Amino acid sequence: MNIVSARGLTRDYGSLRAVDAIDFDIMKGECFGFLGPNGAGKTSAMKSIYCFMCPTDGKVTVFDMDVTEHASEIKARIGVMPQENNLDPDLSVLENLVVYARYFDIPKKESLPKAWELLGFVSLKDKADVKINQLSGGMKHRLLLARSLMNNPDLLILDEPTTGLDPHSRHSVWDMLNRLKAGGMTLILTTHYMEEAEKLCDRVAIMDSGKIVAIDTPGNLMTAHGGNLEDVYLKLTGRRLEY
Amino acid sequence: MNIKRAFRVWQRHWTVYTKLYKSSFALNFAEPVLYLTAMGFGLGAFVADIKGVPYINYIAPGIIASSAMFAAVYECTYSTYVRITFQKTFDAILATPVNIDDLIAAEMIWGATKSVIYGTTIIIVIALFGLVASPLILLAVPLLFITGLIFAEISLIFVAKAPGIDSFNYFYTLFMTPMFLFSGIFFPLDGMPEVVAKIAWFTPLYHIVNVCRSFAAGELAAPLYDILWLLAVVAILAPYPFRLMRKYIFK
Repeated sequence: MNIVSARGLTRDYGSLRAVDAIDFDIMKGECFGFLGPNGAGKTSAMKSIYCFMCPTDGKVTVFDMDVTEHASEIKARIGVMPQENNLDPDLSVLENLVVYARYFDIPKKESLPKAWELLGFVSLKDKADVKINQLSGGMKHRLLLARSLMNNPDLLILDEPTTGLDPHSRHSVWDMLNRLKAGGMTLILTTHYMEEAEKLCDRVAIMDSGKIVAIDTPGNLMTAHGGNLEDVYLKLTGRRLEY
Repeated sequence: MNIKRAFRVWQRHWTVYTKLYKSSFALNFAEPVLYLTAMGFGLGAFVADIKGVPYINYIAPGIIASSAMFAAVYECTYSTYVRITFQKTFDAILATPVNIDDLIAAEMIWGATKSVIYGTTIIIVIALFGLVASPLILLAVPLLFITGLIFAEISLIFVAKAPGIDSFNYFYTLFMTPMFLFSGIFFPLDGMPEVVAKIAWFTPLYHIVNVCRSFAAGELAAPLYDILWLLAVVAILAPYPFRLMRKYIFK
């Protein structure tokens, strides 16, 4: 069963075409990765899925609903972990989760135990009353992940979930994502780390200049194009992945 | 726009406000009280009665209106801008079932809420000073909300069109300050060249000052015309913050 389906998805910013008529399907329970350098169109493709921006052209459905017509219903069932920290600096760690849940109409008597459970999941229980600007970069990332899970999403969208993290924090995020995957959640992520795609993704779409140049499992891509995903990327686009 | 989802955002602002109000409230409250005491008692000692009332009684109702204006304008220019640009609060909320129109509506309603909070505080203060003749002044409260909406609309339109936070001072200096000075708070405009009164007629502050002053004096029917002006303008401006902010956020 397809959770997400895109046909001819196109997104323009003025005269710049960030996403150029791409097609893809994402199945229930899989971890799907958009792989490519900055500016390849990964984030724009994802923003269309979580209804942050309407496609300029083409059709995107999530849970069999059109993103341009059912944004609120779709967003109610999605969790989003953004690339940039957008935690609420006016609120404490725990308040961030409870206030966020309120946007989903989740009452406090449900959101409070859920928030504590998730703070346990991301190992931030002892920081519950701390202000956001007192958290380290890795802690903010983990809190963003916890926040994205407050509404028990059927689909979790992660935009570069480990960019800017030290190796230890990166492994702890990977570990959490693997546990969510094992629990049956559908994941979509963008990354420019080959290792991340190999470790987490069941299938990857390799993006270059707004187009998808290949979609397959990391194993098949490596068999067909040789070596590791780094080599695959070089072969398909003629360029190295820039970090 | 969905009013329940807008309310969720309003609740966020309320939660933050009740956490921080001690620091911000004192400031917003201090300024009007300073004006009232400096102008009312200080200058008032040298000024004859205006239209039969002592000077401080004359300006007091106008201070209700101006603090309502400042509250909504600061909220929907500076604070909204910080939420959009620095704190990325809008980005975070837009990933939830809340949509952009809900969010813009919430900013406006929150700005108007602040107008009511600050305006009402001034009503209480000047009543304690014994400067209000009639309890009818309480009828001004819903109109402070309408006026707050108008200033929130104008502020959001400005934020959407402004090149950045540095240009906000133009808005304060060229729009708010003249309005504050020439809206009939400190002196009746009929003593000024006619053009001043004509320009003042186009500003929201002038009309809410008339409303507050009439109600404070116990004249119920006098400001009917000003009330109609406020209701008409809040409706006329309503589509623009939505249209322009949508463009601004998704640029």
